[in-house]
Amino acid sequence: MTPTRALRRAALALLAVTVLGAAAADPADRLADPAKEARARALFRDVRCLVCQSESIDESEAPLAHDLRQLIRQQVTDGRSDAQIKGFLVSRYGQFVLLTPALSWGNAVLWIAPLLVVALGGAALWTRRRAAPETSGLSAQEEAALETLSRDETN
Amino acid sequence: MIDELGQFALVLALMLSLAQAALSIAGRIRRDAALAGAGEGAALATFVAVLLGFGALIHAFVTSDFSVLNVFDNSHTAKPLIYKIAGAWGSHEGSMLLWCLILTGYGALMAASGRLPFGLKASAVATQGLLGALFIGYMVFASNPLTRLPDLPVQGNSLNPLLQDPALAAHPPFLYAGYVGFSVVFSLSVAALIEGRVDPAWARWIRPWALAAWSLLTIGITLGSYWAYYELGWGGWWAWDPVENASFMPWLLGTALLHSAAVTEKRGALAAWTVLLGLGAFTLSMMGAFLVRSGVLISVHAFAIDPKRGVLLLEILGVAAGGALGLYAWRAPALRDEAAFTPVSREGALFLNNVLLAAATAVVLIGTLLPLIRAAIDGTPISVGAPYFNLTFTALVAPALIALPAGPLLAWKRGDLPGALRRLWLAAVVALAAGLATLGLVTPRSLLAASGIALGGWVIGGALIEAAERVRAFQAPWPEVGRRALGLPRGAWGMTLAHIGIGVFALGAAFETAWRAEAAAALSPGQSLRLGGYELRLDSVGQVFGPNFEAERAHIRVTDAAGRLVCDAAPERRLYAAGGQTVSGVAICPSLLDDVYVVSGEARPAANGPTAWLIRGYWNPWVRLVFAGPLLMALGGLVSLSDRRLRFAVTARARAAAAAPAPAE
Repeated sequence: MTPTRALRRAALALLAVTVLGAAAADPADRLADPAKEARARALFRDVRCLVCQSESIDESEAPLAHDLRQLIRQQVTDGRSDAQIKGFLVSRYGQFVLLTPALSWGNAVLWIAPLLVVALGGAALWTRRRAAPETSGLSAQEEAALETLSRDETN
Repeated sequence: MIDELGQFALVLALMLSLAQAALSIAGRIRRDAALAGAGEGAALATFVAVLLGFGALIHAFVTSDFSVLNVFDNSHTAKPLIYKIAGAWGSHEGSMLLWCLILTGYGALMAASGRLPFGLKASAVATQGLLGALFIGYMVFASNPLTRLPDLPVQGNSLNPLLQDPALAAHPPFLYAGYVGFSVVFSLSVAALIEGRVDPAWARWIRPWALAAWSLLTIGITLGSYWAYYELGWGGWWAWDPVENASFMPWLLGTALLHSAAVTEKRGALAAWTVLLGLGAFTLSMMGAFLVRSGVLISVHAFAIDPKRGVLLLEILGVAAGGALGLYAWRAPALRDEAAFTPVSREGALFLNNVLLAAATAVVLIGTLLPLIRAAIDGTPISVGAPYFNLTFTALVAPALIALPAGPLLAWKRGDLPGALRRLWLAAVVALAAGLATLGLVTPRSLLAASGIALGGWVIGGALIEAAERVRAFQAPWPEVGRRALGLPRGAWGMTLAHIGIGVFALGAAFETAWRAEAAAALSPGQSLRLGGYELRLDSVGQVFGPNFEAERAHIRVTDAAGRLVCDAAPERRLYAAGGQTVSGVAICPSLLDDVYVVSGEARPAANGPTAWLIRGYWNPWVRLVFAGPLLMALGGLVSLSDRRLRFAVTARARAAAAAPAPAE
């Protein structure tokens, strides 16, 4: 890659970076009704700025993010529900636009994996517990002696 | 001339690291101490050679030698000296050189440490040599930091202004020292698998390396988070951005490793699991480097990326991690791991910690990678963002924090949970009272803040009670308490500090998230803006000139509800002429716990009336605790580390004294 191309790419990447900032707070755009504005802000946090690096439209100063904010504010004013607005955005831009992944089979691993790890851990603990009396093989007296010894070591 | 010497040193380092691996392997197979010793010598020599190469790059940056491509791309004569030096690791090539420097540095330290048994050490030094050869080879052939330009440019392109910042100059060295510190644990784990033996002694040997890596990684992540907080100007400190996640995964697994290694060290249990964590921590570190440097992820932090070389990095990751995990699948079943314990015991508590941390790592890993996987499998672009991580991560970490105070109070093998809870009653009462008071008295009412207070108080209180019991505070006479406090192993104090640190972090995170306030308005000089209990008045806007930028600086008077002056904030918008970039310089009013955070935006020329500037303010209550908590944790790790080193030094001295009569002093 030539230095100029690298530079141009870096500059482009930078443009996306430097325009960060909670742009949604711009007073000129805010809705008059604070409850509606708060609802719109909550929606902004779940909508991806499609031309940015990794930001919600709540944070981005990019023109597209501004357009999307105005669009969502308009729909909030028109009395559409959160689900309707999100559905509209997904039909227009695809699942990518929502920062919370949809509940679908393709995304199931997101929810199953942590449960699986916890379940496996629980199972491991359970089998260990069942095995405990068999492998110990120490008399009660020896157990007590060991207990005292290990306590000495840790304190 | 110096650049060519540096080049030569790096090629030499590649040869030396191959020699390190070959000599150690030969020494191990023939059980020949001389050959293995030569391997250790090669490890030291590799480090010296990489250090020379690194020195050459620093020299090129300090003297602004633009005949070196890397310097031309990332430096500028007008840049302050500290950022000239930091520029050396601001690029892809330079950061890989820093990575190799730290990798071989740890390798040399391990080769020089004298207390490992022959076979284990030779295998570990060989593994470290192979890792070194992989990464130095990548650097020499695909990512050479000292490549020369055919024509000498007059001026450089300068470093990304966002990176010209003290926290960020220090961030990569700490982060890499953490990432790469796990390489020694990785090598010792591979060696343990080869030798087929994992015992309490092995767990003790990996402990200092794991502690050092974990503490440095903690500092590195905190610096990065602090940088994002005040440099990016969005008022937040963690966004679950893929690059943040990439550094967080090895940290989570490293935290699990520290706790499971304690079980292996004290009870000989969980041996195979500890080895797997040892392999996993560095594997995730390498994956982090790949994710960050390849640009496969969409991130606000991705600097110095190069997709083509990313594939090479992925191959290195595949070779190193694939080889190690294959070895694990083959050898781990043979590891003896039969020590039994009941679920209610110290082991049980540490095991619970490991299960939850492993699940949390899985959440971060899958959430970060699933968009890539889905795009590769069925071409569906999806996003996994902050809402998912906040929900799942909190659900896993909250139970870990609830269980935490009981853990250190349980005995090994079979613990007494009701007894432990009775000893914790004071912490429970105080935490619950604080939580309820927060819920009832503070407006706006926030369940999140109340639970955060209760949880943080519970963890901090539990850690304090445990420490107090150890020194018998309030029970024994005070001189004896003092003696006990001094006599306590540093490891115990380290644990107490780290646990207090996580509690402090929980307090700050909950408060800041629940009650952060924000306000914005277009202000002309003389106008003001309300931000929670504060008032921000724009006094004036002026022009200032820095060494390599010019800035528009706003002067904003911040006063509290009673009209008292809190601070004079001076946020800037800087224009860096060298690259033509604009960067906002945030102003933060200093205080013990809270921040008033002011950002000035661009001017809005008004049709009639004076010019106005968009001023944004944030009130971030207790945000300082978000950074202080992790620093306490890192301090705890370092205190623990000093314990080990001290004890080994003492025993070595004692042994020497026993072996030979001490000379007259």
